[in-house]
Amino acid sequence: MILLDRVTKSYNRKGDALERVSLHVEPKEFVIIVGPSGAGKSTLFKLLTREEKPTSGKIIVGGIDYDKLKDKDVPLLRRKIGVVFQDFKLLLNKTVYENVAFALEIAGIPNDEIKHTVPKVLEVVGLTGKESNYPLELSGGERQRVAIARAIVRQPKILIADEPTGNLDPKHAWDVIKVLEKINRFGTTVLLTTHNQEIVNALRRRVVTIKDGKIVSDRAVGQYKAS
Amino acid sequence: MHSKRSITFERIIKNGFVNFGRNIWLSIAAIAMMSITLTILLFAVVANSTFRHTVSNITSHIDVSFYMKDSVTDTQRGSLIKQLDGLPNVQSVSYISKDQALKTYESQNANNPDLLAAIAETSNPLPASLTIKPRDPTNLQSIKNFLDKPTVVALQSDPTSYSGDRKAAIDKITSATHFFEEAGIVGIIVFIIISMLIIFNTIRMAIFNRRDELVIMRLLGASTAFIRGPFVVETMLYGAAAAAVSLVICASLFKIASSTLQASSLGLLDIGYSNQYFNNHLTLVLLGQLLAGILIGAVSSFIATKRYLKFHR
Repeated sequence: MILLDRVTKSYNRKGDALERVSLHVEPKEFVIIVGPSGAGKSTLFKLLTREEKPTSGKIIVGGIDYDKLKDKDVPLLRRKIGVVFQDFKLLLNKTVYENVAFALEIAGIPNDEIKHTVPKVLEVVGLTGKESNYPLELSGGERQRVAIARAIVRQPKILIADEPTGNLDPKHAWDVIKVLEKINRFGTTVLLTTHNQEIVNALRRRVVTIKDGKIVSDRAVGQYKAS
Repeated sequence: MHSKRSITFERIIKNGFVNFGRNIWLSIAAIAMMSITLTILLFAVVANSTFRHTVSNITSHIDVSFYMKDSVTDTQRGSLIKQLDGLPNVQSVSYISKDQALKTYESQNANNPDLLAAIAETSNPLPASLTIKPRDPTNLQSIKNFLDKPTVVALQSDPTSYSGDRKAAIDKITSATHFFEEAGIVGIIVFIIISMLIIFNTIRMAIFNRRDELVIMRLLGASTAFIRGPFVVETMLYGAAAAAVSLVICASLFKIASSTLQASSLGLLDIGYSNQYFNNHLTLVLLGQLLAGILIGAVSSFIATKRYLKFHR
């Protein structure tokens, strides 16, 4: 489902952000990527969403070879992957409902289908009743759940979440993680980056550890100790 | 595929309108800036045409008089008029007989009994003349060249009106008006460029304020048209609104100016004519303003969104 083969990303003069990273994620897997700040988690994330291009190496996600991906097809790729950002990236002048519907609107989904789908997804993330609120009227956890609803409303095969709990208190963090697990049970491959030790250890999932731009460990049921 | 496109088009328009409403303060600020700019531009256009009107008023009074000897026969006169009519720069030739010349002289000097008495002493001393109206008053020399031909000079009683001090004065007026006409056109062009820059910058600022939106939409996989479209629609609405506001401002200013100044003129600017020009060309002005506002708005937002629509770094 996700394949990285000896991927290197270097920014000018700073040295390599990622160095020959190879990673294979099977369909329906739930993989946690851990590591200290600056280890290269976010770079990996941006490579997957095609915000950045690798300096060298091969990336294939959901059957799409990034080497052969044209710029004009990048929107199509992004519509296939559900993405959750640490800073939510919600559209502030749109309501909760509109933010979630937006993901369907850009894909040209008909209105009646949008009206049918969006309330269901909002129910999954527990935001029924907040449809007409604007993001700034919500708590951090609620905002992140809007972002998740937006990411899953297109029923992507792959969901990648970059530090989705980074800005949340423990209770809200757990709400978000539970939603991710639920989505995974429905059959979506989930790639989660975090440095929250408690969450990693409680989840008992595959854990990939990145340090200084390299994968230092990859365990089927991993543990993580933040240093 | 067709229906998907029409859905997208419909959503772009709808989002443009919704954004216009939700960013109402930003919208108002942008519209205000655009209104002021369009108003200045409109004033420049009206002032220029008023000025041209004044200039053409002045230059239409410029003509050349050819004074004829009393001995000139009707046939000679007829052939001279024919030849003059054939010159490219001659618009019309009119004949003023000795009697007409005397009547004009008497009516012009009705308050001056001495002059009237003097002229009554002898039999009519005034020559018959031809008044030649030029098409292009800046090129009187072409007419003068014809009148300087020996065969023509032989029929002449006094030097033509286009000679000596009069010639110098006419040449000065025509070259000055020529210069002002050109300056007016340059002025308009400069105003157009400045307004476009101001409007472009206003919209660029408005979009800069909302650059996050563009970047987020890009990350979510929205197509370029879907992201840019609503912004273009929104700025076109700014343009249309600004055109309307500017027109209202101008219309009321002209109304006030023409009623308080009683159609008097300010130097070379005839306010009455400005007002009349504005009213006569109202539809054209309205369409021009709308078109300028909408077009400049659309182009500005199209360009201004470009830098936030990159796919990757």
